[in-house]
Amino acid sequence: MFACIFIPDFCVQAILRLEPGLRTRAVAVLSGRAPLEKVMGVNERARQAGVEVGTTKVQLEAWEDLVLRARSELQEASAHAALLDCALLFSPEVEDGSPGTVLLDLAGLESLLGPLAKIAGDLGQRVSRMGLEGNVAVAKNPDAALLGARGFRGVTVIPEGGEAERLGDLRVEVLLESFSPDAERGARWMETFDRWGIHKLRELAALPEVPVSERLGQEGIRLQKLARGASLRKLRGWEPRLIFAESVELEDPIVLLEPLAFLLNRMLELVCARLRERALAVQELRLNLELAGTRSKDCASVARVPRMFARSLRLPTPMLDTKVFLKLLQLDLQAHPPGAPIVKIHLSAEPARPRAWQSGLFQPVFPEAEKLELTLARIAGIVGEDRVGSAELLDTHREGAFTMRHFAPAETAPQKSKARQSAKQKKREIMREKDNVLPNGGWSGEMVEEDGQESGASEKMSAVMGLRLFRPALAANVTLREGKPVRLRCFLREDIAGEIVWVAGPWRSAGDWSEQDGWSREEWDIAVPCESGLALYRLVQDKLNGKWFVEGMYD
Amino acid sequence: MSASAVFSAAALSRHFIFSPTSAPHLTTEQAARQSAKILAQVGAIPRLSPVVAASRLEVRPTPEMVSSGIPQLDALSGGLARGCLTEICGTASSGRTSVLLMALAGATQRGEVCALVDASDGFDPASAAAAGMEMSRLLWVRCGEKFPLRQTASAAITSRGKNGNGQQAAGARVFAEEGFSGKSQATGNGFGFGRWESQLGQMLKVADLLLQSHGFGMIALDLGDVPVQSARRIPLASWFRFRRAIEHTPTVLLVVEQQPIAGSCSSVLLKVSAVGSQTSGKRLRHGELPHTQLLDQLEVTAELLRSRLERKLERKPARSTASFQSRAAWAG
Repeated sequence: MFACIFIPDFCVQAILRLEPGLRTRAVAVLSGRAPLEKVMGVNERARQAGVEVGTTKVQLEAWEDLVLRARSELQEASAHAALLDCALLFSPEVEDGSPGTVLLDLAGLESLLGPLAKIAGDLGQRVSRMGLEGNVAVAKNPDAALLGARGFRGVTVIPEGGEAERLGDLRVEVLLESFSPDAERGARWMETFDRWGIHKLRELAALPEVPVSERLGQEGIRLQKLARGASLRKLRGWEPRLIFAESVELEDPIVLLEPLAFLLNRMLELVCARLRERALAVQELRLNLELAGTRSKDCASVARVPRMFARSLRLPTPMLDTKVFLKLLQLDLQAHPPGAPIVKIHLSAEPARPRAWQSGLFQPVFPEAEKLELTLARIAGIVGEDRVGSAELLDTHREGAFTMRHFAPAETAPQKSKARQSAKQKKREIMREKDNVLPNGGWSGEMVEEDGQESGASEKMSAVMGLRLFRPALAANVTLREGKPVRLRCFLREDIAGEIVWVAGPWRSAGDWSEQDGWSREEWDIAVPCESGLALYRLVQDKLNGKWFVEGMYD
Repeated sequence: MSASAVFSAAALSRHFIFSPTSAPHLTTEQAARQSAKILAQVGAIPRLSPVVAASRLEVRPTPEMVSSGIPQLDALSGGLARGCLTEICGTASSGRTSVLLMALAGATQRGEVCALVDASDGFDPASAAAAGMEMSRLLWVRCGEKFPLRQTASAAITSRGKNGNGQQAAGARVFAEEGFSGKSQATGNGFGFGRWESQLGQMLKVADLLLQSHGFGMIALDLGDVPVQSARRIPLASWFRFRRAIEHTPTVLLVVEQQPIAGSCSSVLLKVSAVGSQTSGKRLRHGELPHTQLLDQLEVTAELLRSRLERKLERKPARSTASFQSRAAWAG
């Protein structure tokens, strides 16, 4: 058995899919060059109001409440791709028909998914959940299913052997629209059938084969077989391509972020729904915006050159949360505004297998990946994008060289102690020392007793002296005696000044001499009296320009 | 004005006898029975039933302690408490950065994810690496004067010129959201610490975001270079908010500063001070200029000024100091 999904007025439905608010209104889709646009498709409300396909735009002025939209091939392609995805959820054998038409093989699915009527009903529900209103028909052969879907509204199940009887009620136009190779030949056949007085498929099926063959040739025999529901063919297999993208062409350019967010939300929902159906998640989101053109300077013509604006969000772990994606895109666009009105939006997602990770009961706490990404994006909005992340030291002798990376900690088990026994021994010693400090034993607290958890820190019996850097380094005026600094005065920090009571150095270093940004410096460690005693600083002289700087403070 | 029943929760467990003057026709027994009946009815009101007698309030459980990375400090204070705010204060070159680095290094080695909100952008990654910190597990937020011009959702997509005025306006907005110094912004005079105002505003906002996101083992706020006058301008409400945010979470909130600023919001307050420095095995003394000697280590004394972790420790313990050495990275 085969099923067919057919979306009537596909060009209209593709637009309504992204603008569900228009469902309650009469909508007509125009195509063609201005000012000769004609109606290409209408929805049911517009049809009831009397709008017909082929009406010119000028004639449409008679309808006041009619919503007009230009045809969008991008949105039709997105809707069709979504339809194919929907069919693949039910069967691996899918045929890609004309836009808005998909056929699928249901052989062997009854034992898995239930009776045919249930499968057809589920297909219909799934299609409507995607934002499309379509017909579903199930029949013994693909062509009969196609005719059923095009001819009957809603869900239709044609029982095996009853094809001719069920399809007999359909008009001949449905057959010719579905199977005539071109419109001209279809119109000629239609004229012939009209002349013969044949209006329904039942009447065409009842004609004797030999006279039909004599008058219409082999095409006539084929049409008659189709009308009887007796044609036999296999599905033309379709290999799915994993492209998850949505596009919107806008009637009027968008200038504000708020309306853009509404559209992005809808597009994200559609993309995520398709990914969810395939049990996939998003690894990277790419947003391409076509901006309203600018007048080209080099040519005298007034032709406008469209500009593309692209943003990409690479996620550290695959996610599938529409709200998170929308917020991330909003924050990103706030930080990087496109700079011109938007006329076209293309959103694509790179699929990846979803993260499968179960934290251990004794694992340390870890921030949720989705929450962490949002937090990082918000922090980047406050302090700047390049001022948040994890530092990575560069492999160079240049002092203080590091780069900021996107913060994406790997959720792994904590480091095991190399010498667990010795660590335990040390811990016992510490506890004993603590008992000695406080004999009453009440001040003990609860030290974490998990193996290896405390080992890393406990192994170090003394701390490492830290350096607090001044960014940028503080320019200073230094008095030298016998080549050694003896007095310091800092221009920006009045508290860093005075006699240098101790000095060690200099330590000379230089590098990148062959590059443009070569460096050469002398480092001194100095002690300067302060209110609390001595303050230890790192004093640096740039040998290229001879200037002195206080680079940091030992603390 | 509506009248409402106000009564002591502790009284629920005792018999309550109405005054005979209010009901002269009742005997004592009848009055007792009636009052018991009324109390039973009051106790049945859902809004009032969960009220616990003051005498039966639960004792706050002792928080889980983790190592600060310095055994001597652990011995002094029991380590760092999860779900609590710990303050470490000290002057220049007192060893507070060493304590901060060791605490973060210990946490990252335990496999925890940590965050450092650096108000003065003074963190040195090389020192952190020398302390054994796993840099990939540390989120470093560098507060600074330069931050992007923020636009609201209704702002135009079309980019605006980022002039000085625009940036000032954005800074004022961020700052105003914190309620940090609305008066000073209005008067335009400020406190004379314009740079620190914007950076502290950023720090508070970032700290709020980090505390709300959960999952961090340790969040450190480094105010070590912020002048005391500016740091004290941080409203106490912010510290209360932070304390509430980390309560019942496994996060250690560590604040490094020059002088205590969080008041009663901090559970532990440690003061560090450098006793002296050691150069190539000799103590450094004033007036000497031993040029050939290296700076080896810093002798640090930590004093436990306050601890609210246990009732016993609300009083200052008899011995409240500990000493340790922080060695220079090149000292081996």
